[in-house]
Amino acid sequence: MAGAISRLNRPPTVRRATHDPTWVRWTLTFIALAFLGLFLFVPLAAVFTEALRRGVGPYFAAFRNPDAISAITLTLIVAVIAVPLNLVFGVAASWAIAKFNFPGKSLLITLIDLPFAVSPVISGLIYVLLFGLRGWLGPWLNDHDIKIIFAVPGIVLATIFVTFPFVARELIPLMQAQGNEEEYAALTLGANGWQTFWRITLPNIKWGLFYGVILCNARAMGEFGAVSVVSGHIRGRTNTTPLHVEILYNEYNFVAAFAVASLLSLLALVTLALKSFVEARSHSLQIPQP
Amino acid sequence: MLGFASREQSALPGFRLTLGYVMLYLGLIVLIPLGATFLKTATMTWPAFVEAVSSPRVLASYRLTFGAALIAATINAVFGLLVAWVPVRYQFPGKKIVDAFVDLPFALPTAVAGIALAAIYAKTGWIGQFTEPLGMKTAFSPLGVLIALTFIGLPFVVRTVQPVLEDLEPELEEAAVSLGASRWQTFRRVLLPPLYPSLLTGFALSFARALGEYGSVVFISGNMPMKTEITPLLIITKLEQYDYAGATAIAVVMLVASFALLLIINLLQKWSQQRTRG
Repeated sequence: MAGAISRLNRPPTVRRATHDPTWVRWTLTFIALAFLGLFLFVPLAAVFTEALRRGVGPYFAAFRNPDAISAITLTLIVAVIAVPLNLVFGVAASWAIAKFNFPGKSLLITLIDLPFAVSPVISGLIYVLLFGLRGWLGPWLNDHDIKIIFAVPGIVLATIFVTFPFVARELIPLMQAQGNEEEYAALTLGANGWQTFWRITLPNIKWGLFYGVILCNARAMGEFGAVSVVSGHIRGRTNTTPLHVEILYNEYNFVAAFAVASLLSLLALVTLALKSFVEARSHSLQIPQP
Repeated sequence: MLGFASREQSALPGFRLTLGYVMLYLGLIVLIPLGATFLKTATMTWPAFVEAVSSPRVLASYRLTFGAALIAATINAVFGLLVAWVPVRYQFPGKKIVDAFVDLPFALPTAVAGIALAAIYAKTGWIGQFTEPLGMKTAFSPLGVLIALTFIGLPFVVRTVQPVLEDLEPELEEAAVSLGASRWQTFRRVLLPPLYPSLLTGFALSFARALGEYGSVVFISGNMPMKTEITPLLIITKLEQYDYAGATAIAVVMLVASFALLLIINLLQKWSQQRTRG
């Protein structure tokens, strides 16, 4: 019944000016999908195929290796420190930038984006030059027996640097679009600054914040170049998961290398799924623009 | 003073606290370390700096890095436009998944992409076994570098072009067709011009990312000096040889190039916003 009604209501089939001929549609869709398949899907499929080449046993054995366990642990520790720090920074930066007017604002936004423009290798190098044995602070740190480079603090610093803008750049445009009216209303009704932030601002930005945090976390756990420069590759101590993949690969231990890589690929897939979920969610929540 | 200026415009609290914290954190994590890097090169003499940044091996790495990044960004501009166009304009099953999948290079750790690409394009790999007999050496050649940089840069073009493509008004196309334009003429003269700013921005973003890329490239490139050695790898090589001054000098050249690109990208985005608003 419903089908019959909808068929009656269907407009007459006139080829609209904005429609391409069928053969063009098919050809373009085919080329686009073939390109994505070749460049994106094939590498992803290769990771899992290579990892399971010798079956499930050797695959899971790769995760029981003590070096693998310590690498995964270190990656988690680094993310647990770096992501919250950048989260707090992102919220503070977007509050200052979106809610207030001050001179030099657009310069500040550019400076926050700066780490994205810097090569990962250079992101590691700058800390070696600062804290390394031959760096500006190296001799002093050495005298006081503080290790930053080739140790966990250096890895954390480099990770914070490469993931620096993620949360801020997600929140700034969002908060700017939302304006200050709701916060003013809360203050007028007697709320203090913190209450206004927790009860009004935070619920308004929660999806944007979540979105920024997922991307920040994916990069923090997957960063390779910057961490590679500052880590020193000490097995069981300063090897993160991506560095562990590199070592296994260079030792021709391909099954283990791809097994650990498959774990990072799963993280990437979960990140993409969450990202689409948040995008769909925030679209449906979006208030239609006047 | 800043606090005073703001009080007139906004009655919300927390300006001094948040801005102060932002400046402190930004200074400690980003500005001081970057500044120290530039200062480090100031301790070099000018001839030593020139020598470090223009030796034949370094020049060969610039040619490869900038050349491959430029070609990769061009490939991405063409295919990125196509990949953005197809899901916006056409219906096909699995469209949403395909669209989400485009961001894979953003989410996949670069080292994972690197070993996967190396495995596929090696002599015995899925694709390498077919290209190698044809005389096309992909892994361990400049072509391998190009493949990795294309992989890494694709989402930048798609994600900058897509929103503009979605906002294009169908009336313009209809008007063009009613005035007698062919579909191709409509595309060239009506659809493409509003996309130029975002296409250029995506191209520049993809190029900038490719210039600094390390993880996805080093496994597939083979890292032969003068042949397949990219500039970021050369910086690491110098560091491992304790040639800190040499590494820093090359890094400063790359930083200047990146910052110049960032400036261009900012200008392009402003232009792009004006175009879409007007």
